[in-house]
Amino acid sequence: MRSSSPRRRPLPEPRAHETALAERLLARERDAVPEALNLIDDRRPDRREAALVLLDALASGARVRAAAGGVSPTCVGVTGAPGSGKSTLLDALVRKLRRGGETVGIVAVDPSSRRSGGALLGDRARVRSGAHDAGVFLRSMAARERLGGLADATWASVTVLAAVFDHVFVETVGVGQSEAEIADLADTLLFVAQPGAGDVLQFMKAGVLEHPDVFAVNKADQGPAAERTASELETGLALASRDRCGWTAPVLLVSAQDGRGIDALMATLRAHREHLVASGEGAQRRARGRQALVSDALERRYGSYGIERIGGREALLARVRQAEHVSGFALVLALGLEIEAALRRETGGSHRGGAPT
Amino acid sequence: MRSSRRDRPWVFRTYSGHTSAAASNALYRTNLARGQTGLSVAFDLPTQTGYDADHPLARGEVGKVGVPIGHIADMQTLFDEIPLDRMNTSMTINATAAWLLSLYVAAAERQGVDPRQLSGTTQNDIIKEYLSRGTYAFPPEPSMRLISDMIAYTVDAIPKWNPINICSYHLQEAGATPEQEIAFAMANAIAVLDAVRARDDLPADALPRVVGRISFFLNAGIRFLEETCKCRAMTELWDEITRERYGVQDASLRRFRYGVQVNSLGLTEAQPENNVIRIVLEALGVTLSKNARCRALQLPAWNEALGLPRPWDQQWSLRIQQILAYETDLLEYADIFDGSPVIERKVQAMKTAAREELDRVLAMGGAVAAVENAYMKRRLVESHTARLRAIEKHELSVVGVNCYEEHERSPLVDGAQAILTVDESAEREQIERLEAFRRQRNAADVDAALKALRDAVGAGQNVMPPSIRAAHAGVTTGEWADVFRSLFGDYRAPTGVSVSTVADSDEALEAVRSQVRALGEQLGRPPKLLVGKPGLDGHSNGAEQIAVRARDVGMEVVYDGIRLTPEEIVQSARDEGVHVIGLSILSGSHGVLVLDVLEGLRRAGLSVPVVVGGIIPDDDAETLRKAGVQRVYTPKDWDLNRIMSEIAQLVAEAAAPA
Repeated sequence: MRSSSPRRRPLPEPRAHETALAERLLARERDAVPEALNLIDDRRPDRREAALVLLDALASGARVRAAAGGVSPTCVGVTGAPGSGKSTLLDALVRKLRRGGETVGIVAVDPSSRRSGGALLGDRARVRSGAHDAGVFLRSMAARERLGGLADATWASVTVLAAVFDHVFVETVGVGQSEAEIADLADTLLFVAQPGAGDVLQFMKAGVLEHPDVFAVNKADQGPAAERTASELETGLALASRDRCGWTAPVLLVSAQDGRGIDALMATLRAHREHLVASGEGAQRRARGRQALVSDALERRYGSYGIERIGGREALLARVRQAEHVSGFALVLALGLEIEAALRRETGGSHRGGAPT
Repeated sequence: MRSSRRDRPWVFRTYSGHTSAAASNALYRTNLARGQTGLSVAFDLPTQTGYDADHPLARGEVGKVGVPIGHIADMQTLFDEIPLDRMNTSMTINATAAWLLSLYVAAAERQGVDPRQLSGTTQNDIIKEYLSRGTYAFPPEPSMRLISDMIAYTVDAIPKWNPINICSYHLQEAGATPEQEIAFAMANAIAVLDAVRARDDLPADALPRVVGRISFFLNAGIRFLEETCKCRAMTELWDEITRERYGVQDASLRRFRYGVQVNSLGLTEAQPENNVIRIVLEALGVTLSKNARCRALQLPAWNEALGLPRPWDQQWSLRIQQILAYETDLLEYADIFDGSPVIERKVQAMKTAAREELDRVLAMGGAVAAVENAYMKRRLVESHTARLRAIEKHELSVVGVNCYEEHERSPLVDGAQAILTVDESAEREQIERLEAFRRQRNAADVDAALKALRDAVGAGQNVMPPSIRAAHAGVTTGEWADVFRSLFGDYRAPTGVSVSTVADSDEALEAVRSQVRALGEQLGRPPKLLVGKPGLDGHSNGAEQIAVRARDVGMEVVYDGIRLTPEEIVQSARDEGVHVIGLSILSGSHGVLVLDVLEGLRRAGLSVPVVVGGIIPDDDAETLRKAGVQRVYTPKDWDLNRIMSEIAQLVAEAAAPA
């Protein structure tokens, strides 16, 4: 199996159902989105394979669309501590986009309980602009930390939403951890702070200053407290290395309540997108993210022992880099089959990688 | 031996109102004739949340939990032949309190009564609406402004009116411990008084008089000695706070004045006749201690957990008050607890704990901040979870529910339906009256009144005078509220569930957890449950407890809070890819709303099982099951683990290949 180059389409025979589903999504059919998200959420091995087929079809479709001069959607990650008003701010942004006739897909991630494995996915109704509006789609997800990472589930969801909607937002709760996980996935990472959120030291300790591209201090209607927090963030950013490839992460004062600063925030998000294109940073980021996606997904499923069967992690990353025109999902599927074949040869039995547990 | 010196009894009230202004007026006159000494008006949910009867959100709710009041003519009908200068009226109205008081004043003026003669209470406590009751309409800041406007207006214009009733009642219903009840109520009162003190349109000497008009609305639970201590602790604390923080010198203005509705949380659907005994004991809790005795008392009906009480049920509760006040020797003694070291110790312990919690809330910016950051809500959800766990684990005994369940058949509930049903034509007739009213009013007057109101709000002037003018001009409840909605925006309060802590494990919980885990393997992902509250009913305590327990057994739960339309619930079910839907309704409008959700699911091609929880009479439950609802849960289903297990079973069956 080593001989099979990832450049050739290594997929099993096309699955009619998944292909049809992909076509509906690429035709921007909103009604197809829930089914697709249900599929990629499913951990049963055969469903997982079907999901990868679907996602690969979507990735190819998106490339075709981009090559034809279509605008590819932006993915903005929104993070911040609970209570910082992320949902309300997101609602304000969504309203603005909707007024311009642009459609929006949102993935909102909440933590899972470590003890029970359950999760409360709450308060999303604050994104009220989505009610009765087919141009807005919202899906809540549990992070399922103990089942291994937020990254590949959100990655897959974003791929589905990006096929259908003009803008994609990924909202996560938590400070520190989730920024790093979302940083490679999102084009732009927006951090929402609330007034009085803490001093510089706390921001730095939490590691929130490293990844975000834009900082928004919400609840600017509360006056001096918001300004103080903004200046503390500025100070912290001056201490950290803030300049990344010619982009200096700005700190904006906004209020989802009275609407101040929302236009400026929107303009900043657009400016960052233009910067990503002009500087080439966007392509680099996506390439980094793709490597992380493939290696993490394979490692989670087959462990380092499985990765060793195809030459180890470095060799794996080299192959991902080399196969630059193949979608990450197709690589996960192809390399997974390769690992399984190697394991089968080794044990002489019919080993099959189970669902990650 | 009957002593000749008896204290004057408290005001006897019964919380009532339903169907229409005319039907409620007849009920009030009957109750007054039977010896009730004050009125307590229950408004329906559209009136409470500021919608006209013909608004889409009002569907199914008109006349259900109270009387619909859409305009001045409804208000005049409600008090027809009831002289308002001689009546003491309590109105359970909050988000739209300024409007209902305006209609009341206008109705009085049309009776030829000077507003200065009016006495009574508007509940007008928005904080607890965000925390528990759910009939808020606007965001906290502008809502606090409306409250402050009413207080500033009434202090001189309607001097015998209690413009606000700080409610700890609903905090207990939401699960508060007595200490939380005290602390959060005091924090709430402080938020209100601070807002009034910050106004620049009040004379300097007005603040003590304002303090003197602040009244409270308390709950009284079955632990009636503890409740007595709570009332004494609040009496002392209020005296201290008003002296220290607001510098009130006149002791009579620092007096803790409160009304009570005794506990509904502890009333059971099982063996409901036992509730009469509970109600009597709870009434004792707030009347025994003369120095901390309530000023007004409302007793619920014994069958409240079954549905809407009938006039006979309400009469029975009134008789309890009359026997307590007129037959017993309760009112013949000075305070019987003064000098008791046992009571004193308990009171001081409660005060200390409450002070600590109060300081914590004040330190985070006060009650409004503690609503917005969900601190208070989270504490309440946790306390409520702990209470339900204690019942499940038999640490808390509830007779007829988790012990002594075996019983004789009750002649009170056998046979005929022992509750009141609101005629389904009430909604249509109310809409017809509304349309007729709109046709006969002067459109130019209405437009001018609405413009004047909008201008006054925009200019930061007191909203009361233009609201009273709008009442006379024929503005409707929905039109009045729309002015504020358009200026202030909609608001959704935090649900408080997402940050609540996971329950400690035990055998029963573990069993359901493994069942849910196995189900997750079968489904390929953990089961996902949508908890929905359709309609205007804001009583979210039950829905929150279901959401929290579902999380604790390993389900992924989508809970979007209150006041969703059936369409929004169907959309959420589809977009979120849920395996099962749980609907919670306590307003009695389950018929219309659940059927709308089922119909919406059918149209969307979704075959997701639906379960319903709430105060649902047996006959209605049968109707719902016939319409396709898989399970109906009522207050007698106290074992949450069993409910979770059944829901998991339903999902497993729905997912199994046919």
